[in-house]
Amino acid sequence: MTYEDGPAAELRHEAFRSLLGAWALDACPRREAAELAQHLAGCPECAEEATRLRNAAGRLSPDEPLDPAGSLRQQVLDWCLARRPARLPVPRWAAPYATETAKLDALLRDLGPEEWQEVAELPWYGGVQRWRPAEVLGHLTAVDGYLAPGLGLPDPVPGAPVAVPARVPAQSTPGAAAPAPEGPAAGVLARTARLLAVQRGADPGTVRAQWRRQSHALVRSAALRPQGGAVVDFGFARLPLRDAFVDRAFECWVHGDDIARAVDYPYPPPLPRHLRLMVDLAVRMLPVALAAVRPPLTGPGRVLRLVIEGPAAGEWLIPLDGPGTGGPQVAELVLDGLEFCNLVAAHRDPDRIPAGEYGDRTAIRDVLRAAPLLSRP
Amino acid sequence: METAGPVPSWDEQIHWRLARGEETALAELYDRLAPLVHGLAGRILADQTAAEQLTREVFGQLWEHPESFDPRQGSLRSWLGSLTRRRALDRLRLDRTDDHELRERAGAARAQYVVDSLPHPLRETIALAWFDGRSYRETARQLGITEQAAKQRLRLALQLLATELADEEGES
Repeated sequence: MTYEDGPAAELRHEAFRSLLGAWALDACPRREAAELAQHLAGCPECAEEATRLRNAAGRLSPDEPLDPAGSLRQQVLDWCLARRPARLPVPRWAAPYATETAKLDALLRDLGPEEWQEVAELPWYGGVQRWRPAEVLGHLTAVDGYLAPGLGLPDPVPGAPVAVPARVPAQSTPGAAAPAPEGPAAGVLARTARLLAVQRGADPGTVRAQWRRQSHALVRSAALRPQGGAVVDFGFARLPLRDAFVDRAFECWVHGDDIARAVDYPYPPPLPRHLRLMVDLAVRMLPVALAAVRPPLTGPGRVLRLVIEGPAAGEWLIPLDGPGTGGPQVAELVLDGLEFCNLVAAHRDPDRIPAGEYGDRTAIRDVLRAAPLLSRP
Repeated sequence: METAGPVPSWDEQIHWRLARGEETALAELYDRLAPLVHGLAGRILADQTAAEQLTREVFGQLWEHPESFDPRQGSLRSWLGSLTRRRALDRLRLDRTDDHELRERAGAARAQYVVDSLPHPLRETIALAWFDGRSYRETARQLGITEQAAKQRLRLALQLLATELADEEGES
């Protein structure tokens, strides 16, 4: 850029003036900074403001304050609650959802405009959804919305909850491996598509606010009626409210992690006691998936012992021959809790996951291959 | 609702819910204001462990004594900010930090607090240009605004900062 002498002097003066903030922050290309320095030498008015702004910039610290570590949140809450117990506590089964939604929200707070445009990959057993962070939030809002009516909250998804034709919604990537969704995924994807259609063109901040408002309202409603016995109809499954909250916490974590991978941010796993609730729910749902890979026998009620290691450590007996665990234990499968959850979310290959395997190989393989069938978009 | 006044603000609602003992209110409060409290505490104390301890105490103070905040006297944000600042400086005094150092830390925290209080568009622009070290052109591109707008925001943000800091020095 060059400036000519002549009648444009006043314009040039204004142009230099407007550059003073960027200059004081060292945010000018070198050449513009040099030209401005020349101008300052002959313009007391600009020079005065330049000094003032430079001094102000000098008061800025060289870096932004560090965000509080994620682990501090629970420490602060525990510290407070130990001093004054809550009169309306968050039910134990809603705590994972409260924590996971807060963790995702903290990640979203740090996203810049470019990062809101990144595309996250959300694998599930039927394929991969490719969504921007705001679309992931729309998806979470839509599916969390299954819990809303039972808690006296409005359903965020417009239109009556009708059975939907099995078709690939507009948001899934053309040519992706996802088959035309049927079964469990169809209703979820259709709800998502309806909400995304409404949210199209909306500012990410607005989408985030809607998701956050609903998640706050869900937890608050759960705290106000903490029995958790009401039944939530997901279309493909009916779960007690207490399980539904754990399910939603699980999905919030998994999709939060999907977003974090897309923008290359770290994303810590759930707290051990929350992870344990998630593992427990998945284990209880496993027999349904198992029936799909392994026609139930009217057999002797054989069981597989699942040993979960790591912070969510525990043991579960998984019935292999339909309901009933009275028969012999034919196999033992040892997995890390996080890895098990990732497998259930179809984020791991069941044939490659590191596991300790003892006993009946077929039974073990069937369980490993059944787990990802529990995943949904 | 008992009165037909305006819709209660977020501050008023949270305050009422804290007084009522709602754990969810405590969590929402933390999620919104922990970056401010923890950031200020870290700035003044320059010690991660001490900053976390102070963050616990500040939220604990409000949770245990919600009546100590009066929404009619100002925002929760500025109330928590000044409580944090006061307590952090008290702690430095206990540690016999010398006066010069104390003033310097307080000043840095003050600048941070002013930046935190800037309108969001100004804050995000200054964050990109200063903390991320981008030129105003890159900043404009990143934010999807014109270069002229980026320059204006940077200048305005520094003018506001300069004015706030000058006012404060005039007071003390």
